[in-house]
Amino acid sequence: MKPAPFEYAGPRELDEALDLLAEHGDDARVLAGGQSLVRLMNARQVSPAVVVDINRVPGLDTLGLFGDNGSSTLRLGATVRQRTSELSDEVAAHAPLLAEAGAQVAHAPVRARGTVVGSVAFADPSAELPAALLALDGLVKVRSRAAERTVAADDFFTGPFRTSLAPDEMVVAVDVPVATGRTGSAFVELTRRHGDLPVCGAAAVVGVGDDGRVSHVRVALCGADERPVRVPAVEAAVLGADDPAAFTEAAAVAADGTSPIPSCHGSADFRRHLARVLTARALRTAFARATSPKETTDA
Amino acid sequence: MPDKVRVRITVNGARHDLLVEPRTLLADLLRGDLALAGTHLGCEQGVCGACTVIVDDVATRSCLVFAAQLDGSSVRTVESLAAADGTLHPVQRAFTQEHGLQCGFCTPGMLMAACELLERVPEPGREDIEESMGGNLCRCTGYQNIVRSVNAAGRLMADRTSSEQSGVRA
Ligand SMILES: Cc1cc2nc3c(=O)[nH]c(=O)nc-3n(C[C@H](O)[C@H](O)[C@H](O)COP(=O)(O)OP(=O)(O)OC[C@H]3O[C@@H](n4cnc5c(N)ncnc54)[C@H](O)[C@@H]3O)c2cc1C
Ligand code: FES
Ligand code: FES
Repeated sequence: MKPAPFEYAGPRELDEALDLLAEHGDDARVLAGGQSLVRLMNARQVSPAVVVDINRVPGLDTLGLFGDNGSSTLRLGATVRQRTSELSDEVAAHAPLLAEAGAQVAHAPVRARGTVVGSVAFADPSAELPAALLALDGLVKVRSRAAERTVAADDFFTGPFRTSLAPDEMVVAVDVPVATGRTGSAFVELTRRHGDLPVCGAAAVVGVGDDGRVSHVRVALCGADERPVRVPAVEAAVLGADDPAAFTEAAAVAADGTSPIPSCHGSADFRRHLARVLTARALRTAFARATSPKETTDA
Repeated sequence: MPDKVRVRITVNGARHDLLVEPRTLLADLLRGDLALAGTHLGCEQGVCGACTVIVDDVATRSCLVFAAQLDGSSVRTVESLAAADGTLHPVQRAFTQEHGLQCGFCTPGMLMAACELLERVPEPGREDIEESMGGNLCRCTGYQNIVRSVNAAGRLMADRTSSEQSGVRA
């Protein structure tokens, strides 16, 4: 028994969970899949006074489409497991990047409990899913007892393991606009061993217009900065391109202005190198998937 | 001290109604409260897989779940495998025959991960085995014999099923 003593709460209503967060603030922690929180508690790197287990809150396990015509957004609730998302037909059809990135997280038994939203809330700068969410222009749905707000993924991640969540807030879901038209995506990473957190990873979403040129592009990186980041300079350079050779050239600026956190797994320079190489690879693969008829996701 | 939490949990078919400290990990509950020390603890941070048990049919790291989360759940540990008379489970027999263990520290986790896989995928390919068990570390065997053991276990279990269907006792 390694963790310090704490009070366990297993609310059966969302309001009850939000009340607990409002009452205990910084002393409370949400428990989702526990695959990061319990590890930190075992090592006493984190010792919350109250643990709010959200797994019995009804409705948080939603996974599906909704929106104006019933189909413009894919929503994943706070208790949707990484494994469920990775194997879901809806995720595969409408946000394949999330499935591809998710399959590279840890090992199957960890993903069977770990949640997509928990990974986003944890905001590990090396983690795959936050970068995928950025590349998908995802939205983070946040609730507190007092209010409800929607935060663009771009504004959600503020630093290593830091987000714009207030202590009395929790994430209830993430929303991702569904892929339309000729769109392709790719997530590529380098890990020291299978299942490890990546040293660096790149996510790309590429949309191609009728003229065969890139009409929409998003690139996001993990392990390349103090937080998961989008790379607008690369995006700008790629827009309008119709030749994969242009991607390698554009990716040369992928690491400009980044401050990678050096570790035993990779120096800052090595991470910058990886950011460039992996960005080029992700863009080429995403473009190929957008343009090859077999892979095209014509909506 | 914080309030204890009530946990009604089925372990290897036996029902328990317990009051536990909230910080009790499933691994602690099994090894301490229930004296089922077959489940091993290595890293206690989810990395080694030695503590893997099956919770509601899903392979789970028992070092990363609090017992309090499992009120109403059903857990299977390595102690559930052999029959009361000591007859080994096909997965255990396969690991013995194919030298899937040496020191045996990782084995309880390997066996439970293998059981869960074989329940889902009766004839797993190498990729299935690597995906399900790639997160279980073994410092002794070099893994090849473990992969062989899981394949052999799949065959033994298929034989058992077909002989049961034809009314012959294995
Ligand atoms: C062996 C191992 C390998 C791993 N490898 C990887 C990897 O390769 N890549 C990777 O990305 N991750 C990896 N992880 C971490 C794993 O993906 C976790 O599942 C994830 O980081 C957290 O998700 P969780 O649901 O388990 O969250 P928890 O552990 O329950 O929570 C994590 C943190 O987020 C907070 N939180 C969770 N949900 C919410 C919410 N809805 N609202 C507000 N706050 C919330 C918690 O309070 C806590 O601070 C690994 C973990 C292990 C044990
Ligand atoms: S002891 Fe649980 S994974 Fe190592
Ligand atoms: S048999 Fe010794 S660790 Fe696997």
